[in-house]
Amino acid sequence: MSIHPAVLAATIPDSITFAIAAAISVIGALGVVLSRNPVHSALMLVMTLFGVAVLFVEENAQFLAAVQVIVYAGAIVVLFLFVIMLLGVDRREVTERDPLRGQRAVALLLGILGLVEVILLAGGKWPTGAHSAAGAINVTGRSNVALLGDAVFTTYLLPFEITSALLVIAVIGAVVLARRPRQAGDREQPQIGGGDIITADVLGPDSLIRPEIEEATGSSDVHEELDKSSFERSDP
Amino acid sequence: MTIHASWYLTLGAVLFTIGAVGLLVRRNVLVMFMCIELMLNAANLTFVTFARELNDTGGQVAVFFVLVVAAAEVVVGLGVIVAIFRRRVGATADDVHMLKG
Repeated sequence: MSIHPAVLAATIPDSITFAIAAAISVIGALGVVLSRNPVHSALMLVMTLFGVAVLFVEENAQFLAAVQVIVYAGAIVVLFLFVIMLLGVDRREVTERDPLRGQRAVALLLGILGLVEVILLAGGKWPTGAHSAAGAINVTGRSNVALLGDAVFTTYLLPFEITSALLVIAVIGAVVLARRPRQAGDREQPQIGGGDIITADVLGPDSLIRPEIEEATGSSDVHEELDKSSFERSDP
Repeated sequence: MTIHASWYLTLGAVLFTIGAVGLLVRRNVLVMFMCIELMLNAANLTFVTFARELNDTGGQVAVFFVLVVAAAEVVVGLGVIVAIFRRRVGATADDVHMLKG
């Protein structure tokens, strides 16, 4: 396979930008897979997303680059970090047990095979045929955002509307999934805010506060005062 | 002259492969989910490359919709993960086998 001369012909700033962004993306992607700590994986994912955003700018897709940083790095990765912190960072990943024998080896083999195949295919054969109805993306005098907006709000209006339905469904699904299932004795249990008062009523005012104070101070006047102040404090 | 599209496609292939192998090799559900995002990003890069190469807005619009679907997918997926792993000690994907017949 010989490399076509057009493949290697690029200006030096373009080449340098591409090389740096590509290196950042690949290092980040490897970091996602290889880090033991999921927090590090999430941060490496941010690195990859920034690298890809730089490549988007390099390819004249400025709007998508901005959205990539805002939505992916700003929202999705933060959501990931929230869930990691919610579930606990130090969860152990069980790797001794292998339900499918030899899955890792086969995965690596398949990955290398697919990579070789795609790189061979990327050697310079291009798809041809009619363009889509959306029109050209490189028009002199019109910005990327204007062209993309035109396409989304005219040609792709119906998919765009369906997208809103998808987002509503996702929000409802998230709410349903996050809701705690109602159990039989839920109504008898006290509310979160009222727990202290009920405990104090059941056990009496002496049971919790006084013994320690009596031991510490030895006088009865002091704990009368403390009792008053504690009631004042708990009273809103 | 700008970078030839082959380089972008090759980079997209590399990113996709790393994501796919990571999805198959790792056992932590959250990291597997991140690998899916990696694969989506590789596909996005390919879409944008073809939009430039074929001078067609369709590729960039496709990336736009992929971003929306990815956001919705992450919300629902993380909801499922939190619901399942709230009561479990580990975060290993193979622990979830109660759906097995």
